[in-house]
Amino acid sequence: MAPAPSDAREEAWAAAMRAALAGDQAAYRRLLADIGRAVRPGIRAAFFRARLGDGDIEDVVQETLLAIHLKRQTWDPGQRLSPWVAAIARHKAIDAMRRRGVRRAEPIEDFEASLAAPEAADPHARSDVARLMESLAPRARDIVRSISLEEQSISATATRLGMSEVAVRVALHRALKALGRAWKATQS
Amino acid sequence: MRTDELILALGADARRRGLSLPGRVLLALALGGCVSVAVFMAMVGPRPDIMPAMRTMRFDLKFLDTLALLAPALLLCLRMSRPEVSARTLLLWLLAPVALLAVAVAVELATVPSHLWMHKLIGTNWYHCLSLVPTLALPPLAALILALRAGAPRYPALTGALAGLAAAGVSATIYATSCADDSPLFVATWYPLGAGAVAGLGALAGRRWLTW
Repeated sequence: MAPAPSDAREEAWAAAMRAALAGDQAAYRRLLADIGRAVRPGIRAAFFRARLGDGDIEDVVQETLLAIHLKRQTWDPGQRLSPWVAAIARHKAIDAMRRRGVRRAEPIEDFEASLAAPEAADPHARSDVARLMESLAPRARDIVRSISLEEQSISATATRLGMSEVAVRVALHRALKALGRAWKATQS
Repeated sequence: MRTDELILALGADARRRGLSLPGRVLLALALGGCVSVAVFMAMVGPRPDIMPAMRTMRFDLKFLDTLALLAPALLLCLRMSRPEVSARTLLLWLLAPVALLAVAVAVELATVPSHLWMHKLIGTNWYHCLSLVPTLALPPLAALILALRAGAPRYPALTGALAGLAAAGVSATIYATSCADDSPLFVATWYPLGAGAVAGLGALAGRRWLTW
């Protein structure tokens, strides 16, 4: 079994999440990228054990990141972040395996330990999110696309669409929630 | 979409807004409870002799019991809404109202002559108890489920059942002001039946609406 995640990283993660909750976008993006790398091996291992191909792993990584984002207020700032991250990744991995017809998704008890061996994303891996975005309202889709694919800032997007920055923020927040629901709906 | 592209979008939505989960749950409980009180006052109202009744131990014990259900059920459904928590030992707190009732029943059996036991147990209002406890629990249950949708429970049905018990704690507290039967024999028989029905409903609602 891999060694437990170090205390130093534990401190850094918790501090980054607290900064993110206070509105620090850069810290949040670094943290999410870090978390993405950390959860990938555990998801890969779970898929491997269930004899599933690794074509959909990036989907589960992204679903985990979206769930982390939408559920971040369930993290208790007094607690470590990695057990919380591992629980969400594990939940999403089991969900995804069930969706792919794995009858008894094996309990993945060592998920937290697997966080200690980070793995970078395959630069060619694409997810289904682009397809799920078709279910969003056109304006919401435009905003998500502008910020993610075209790497525009909130203010640039607001100027281009003739909206206030606050309206763009609210629309982005709602669009991400809708994306979470759309992802959930693909399971049933 | 590549993962780094998704992260750009998530990052732009960094700041958390809205109420915390405990805040949402407390607000839901307060709003749902107010609706139940309003319905109760319009339909039934407290019993006429409530002032003298408040000076009897059996009457007051009912509230100790319902609050002993409400408090742990509420704290537990909040705690179970966090993904990493498996609160097995904490579930033991739900034994508090049961233990309290058991002691009260034992004392009642020791002090009341046995030919009155059945009379006390059946009481005069058991059908009221069985219908009002679940009915008055519906507004707080609906509000709690709505509030808990912001959570990420590992066990959605269990979390929903706990929300049901908390809602039953609210409705039983309200109903107890009207119920003329104060004997622990009555309380231990009919209140848990009503609360159990609400817990079952909460479990179904949890499985339906608290998955994520």
